[in-house]
Amino acid sequence: MGAVTLNNIVKRFGTFTAVEQTSMQIPEGSFTTLLGPSGCGKTTTLRMIAGLLDPSEGEIIINGKRVNDVPIHKRNLGLVFQNYALFPHKTVADNVGFGLRYRNVPRADIARRVQDALELVQLPQVANRYPKALSGGQQQRIALARAIVIEPDVLLLDEPLSALDANLREDMRVELKNIQSRIGVTTVFVTHDQSEALAMSDQIVVMSDGKVEQVGAPEEVYNTPASEFVARFLGASNILGGRCLSRGPDGAVLEVPVFGKVIVPSAKAPHLAGEGAAKLVIRAEKLLLRDAPPESGAFSAPATVETVDYQGQSVRYFVRAGDTQLQAINMIDERPFAVGAQVHLTLRPQDCAALPG
Amino acid sequence: MIFDFAICAHVQSAPSATQDVAMSVEARERRQPWVLLAPALGAVTLLLLVPLLFIVVYSFWLRSAVGPDTAGFHLDNWQRALTDPFYRYILLNTLKIAAITTFFCALLGYPAAYFITRSSGNKLILLLLLMLPFWISYIIRTMSWINILGSSGALNTALMSMGVISSPIQMLYNEATVILGLVHFLLPFMVLNIYVSLDGIDTNLEDAATSLGATRWQAFTQVTLPLSLPGLAAGGLLCFVLGAGTYITPLILGGPRDAMFANLVFEAIITQLNWPMGSALSLLLLIVLGALVALYNRYLGMSQLTKGLG
Repeated sequence: MGAVTLNNIVKRFGTFTAVEQTSMQIPEGSFTTLLGPSGCGKTTTLRMIAGLLDPSEGEIIINGKRVNDVPIHKRNLGLVFQNYALFPHKTVADNVGFGLRYRNVPRADIARRVQDALELVQLPQVANRYPKALSGGQQQRIALARAIVIEPDVLLLDEPLSALDANLREDMRVELKNIQSRIGVTTVFVTHDQSEALAMSDQIVVMSDGKVEQVGAPEEVYNTPASEFVARFLGASNILGGRCLSRGPDGAVLEVPVFGKVIVPSAKAPHLAGEGAAKLVIRAEKLLLRDAPPESGAFSAPATVETVDYQGQSVRYFVRAGDTQLQAINMIDERPFAVGAQVHLTLRPQDCAALPG
Repeated sequence: MIFDFAICAHVQSAPSATQDVAMSVEARERRQPWVLLAPALGAVTLLLLVPLLFIVVYSFWLRSAVGPDTAGFHLDNWQRALTDPFYRYILLNTLKIAAITTFFCALLGYPAAYFITRSSGNKLILLLLLMLPFWISYIIRTMSWINILGSSGALNTALMSMGVISSPIQMLYNEATVILGLVHFLLPFMVLNIYVSLDGIDTNLEDAATSLGATRWQAFTQVTLPLSLPGLAAGGLLCFVLGAGTYITPLILGGPRDAMFANLVFEAIITQLNWPMGSALSLLLLIVLGALVALYNRYLGMSQLTKGLG
């Protein structure tokens, strides 16, 4: 088991810089997710940790040891690909046992450990089949078994769930997380799917354009985004550009469209230094639509419902307040508001977050 | 489902009319492939199958020293083709030369195909370069070796001017130059076939193998090579069959004793004007090579071959 540290990693392909000056700590035994849109450098980062790509600058440290010059076959890492990458000409047992053959494991032990790994992924009965004969979900479990049977220092997962269909993906998400916490292997998981990242991770590294935008626990990244990119990428957010009037121990006072003066608690404005341009981030599900103005303690503004997107247990509204269109996702008991309804937007102070403009 | 239901309802309301329409559509769809295939099938029948039938008939005739050949059903040509030790020697030698050629094509072609597969940007240019020799006549390509290896060719002249040798070495007109010429001719077929099969192999497989502890070489021998064997076999079959059937290369680059089987056919038909014997010999070669193709098809399947040609 091992921790991974990246120090000022840079990866250039010709004149294109895929990863710029990136540093991160991946604690031992943690489930860390590299999250970002395609082309953000997350897979490049994973491939550098794996040893499939050499960083142009910086160092990669696994288990306290610099591994830049260690070739991939000596790094002892488990790698799972999006397309499974099972060897089509080998049986499941030979696929899973492949890594053990290069580790001087006695033949009898190989068979036993392969069987143990297959049981861990709940497919003990398919050892003699060929990958072709398995479903996508089963193939991905075999790929996982093949990666963990070698007891890797770090498990690297490159979008392992994205080739599966939606229902299976959610089941595999839970199962993957269970297996990971059972064996306690340090795991780096690459995905562009925010719900996977939020559901599975101990730590999320949000990346964009080759740079790290924010590192933190899922709740932290979700509730207190460090940048407008993070706020927009995770969940649905409304971002109102305005000014910070003052920054005191009780919080920051922002002047924004729609709500006027808003006081954001200090904990929700960690990156705001003082007066100047600022942005207010409001999660769509924290912006509530009410018939009547709220009692004191909440900010409020009148608005008109423009679009109603009914989804059963919840509704997504687009409302207009003055020149500003806002998005709100509300849980509902009965009927949603109708298009054209006059409503009062309600927002609790602790549900805002502030960013420097 | 809704759509199905709508059709059902329609059929119930007007059964006969709908059925008629369905029938004619079905019939047209059944006819369409044959309409499209007809020109090609016609050409193959007229230009290949019918002449082949003539050759089969011819092989049972007898040549007369004067006047027209004797028609009939005589096994003399076949008996001679199958028992004459000279013919048998040439046939075995032909298969040997084809086998050696195929071996060298595989040896030289595999790394080239692997390189093309793994090159990122200029794959198309490399493939185009591979096809480039086909734009020049095969005969001219074969003759070019005379300018290189001949007694006043490039190699001898260079060696002599460097003082390595004092008089030209006889490099041409032996079995080695025949094989050289054949490898030159057949290498692109081998490279293309291996390329097609390598290109279909996910590069993640090698990465997965190395991540599990295999070296690059082990990953290649354990994963990539076995997965590309069908392409290698397809290329091998093509090279072998084309190599064993050639007569131009031994004619241009071989000596008097390097005749291959197709040269015997050429000799019988063009020089001796013994069409019946030439027919029997050419059918014998066709049967031997056909048997090889059948064996290949039995164990590896024809689909791999067509994949390589496409």
